[in-house]
Amino acid sequence: MSKKHHITTIVNGDEYEALCETRQSLLDVLRDELRLTGTKEGCATGDCGACSVMMDGRLVCSCLVLAVEADGKSVDTIEGMASGDELHPLQSKFLELNGLQCGICTPGFLIAARALLERNPDPTESEARYWLAGNLCRCTGYDKIIRAVLSAAAEMRGA
Amino acid sequence: MSDVRFEAPSSLSEAVRILAGAKGASRALAGGTDLIVQMENDLLEPDLIVDIKKIPEMRAIKPEGGGFRIGATVTGMEMIEDAGLCAKWPGVIDGVKLIGSIQVKGRATMAGNLCNASPGADSVPPLVAAGALARIVGPNGTRETPVEKIPVSPGKTSLAPGEIIESFFLPERPRNSGDAYLRFTPRTEMDIAVVGVAINLTLDSAGVCTQARVALGAVAPTVLLVDECAKALIGTRVDEAAIDKMAAAAAAACKPIDDKRGTREFRIKITSVLAKRVAQKALERARHTA
Repeated sequence: MSKKHHITTIVNGDEYEALCETRQSLLDVLRDELRLTGTKEGCATGDCGACSVMMDGRLVCSCLVLAVEADGKSVDTIEGMASGDELHPLQSKFLELNGLQCGICTPGFLIAARALLERNPDPTESEARYWLAGNLCRCTGYDKIIRAVLSAAAEMRGA
Repeated sequence: MSDVRFEAPSSLSEAVRILAGAKGASRALAGGTDLIVQMENDLLEPDLIVDIKKIPEMRAIKPEGGGFRIGATVTGMEMIEDAGLCAKWPGVIDGVKLIGSIQVKGRATMAGNLCNASPGADSVPPLVAAGALARIVGPNGTRETPVEKIPVSPGKTSLAPGEIIESFFLPERPRNSGDAYLRFTPRTEMDIAVVGVAINLTLDSAGVCTQARVALGAVAPTVLLVDECAKALIGTRVDEAAIDKMAAAAAAACKPIDDKRGTREFRIKITSVLAKRVAQKALERARHTA
């Protein structure tokens, strides 16, 4: 029996410590140890994007990161997206334009869409669709999600 | 289920020492986008994982001898964001851009793509067409090997126990060189190549092809570097007749399987179609680079 790893990770600006086994994913530790259950598990094999988080500023699937790899890193999850009671413009637009139905894919879409708009504040529809190709939604047919992202982008640009 | 020993050494020599001394199944961990999936699906139960991302010299893209040295743990997104690399080797970047989602490319590496040894790996044909060399470090020292010598069959590489890829070298390009990669997939994103074709060529000042390398993916157990295709282009102006001859040579070299992604006949037909399109794209790029 090998020892557990002691990891220290900055999550949404706060320092967290956890004990994890090598096989545990960052997703498992976020949900089961830190009780940050906003990040969802879909496929657990990197195909669906439901578990998307930012790690050191990079969009990744948290199911494809070993928790032990997150030691010393900074992770941003959906729980850090709103400022207190004030929703991020993407969150508001998803609500306003019905960019969700069951909601399981929504945190991943929001994290991925925010990463897109940080790089490209004025994406074309095609750019947004390609960027979000790694996030699967089985309810909406994507159109409402894309409209919400483009509308939020326009609002954030002050357009 | 027993747990797995995990090491994250900060030097290459330490990584090699740990891997070479390992008993049981061991794996180097770069992006993890294949390794962690294989563990999750119980296809692999390693006893030891060695995270190689804390080794500084493996983390960077650096100019070297007029070309580029790309560390084995450089991610796809880091390559896509490197303007100099994109300008010089657009065909390599074509391949990297097709690997999985943005999330996957945020972690995945070319070294992992190569060592996973899937015949359909998208970054491998363009690396082979580029004439890229892999620098391999192991218990017996360092060696440089052409990328096409590394995969030997699906899932198997020529790396010896304890050996890891430290970096890739993309050579200096002559003037008027261009490379390109295209694949066929039923969907435009998030899919695995049914066929992939990469071509790298150089023109002289009169527009005659002086060098060419043509690599095919997903049509044989490993990537194929097809000399007959190169011969069909070299010495020509890469006109329609030369491209047709090259495409016929590509189709003739295919040894594909039938599977759910495509029949043997379909793959051979598509190889020829893609080869023509890729040649045109590489040609355009060669004409428009200094």
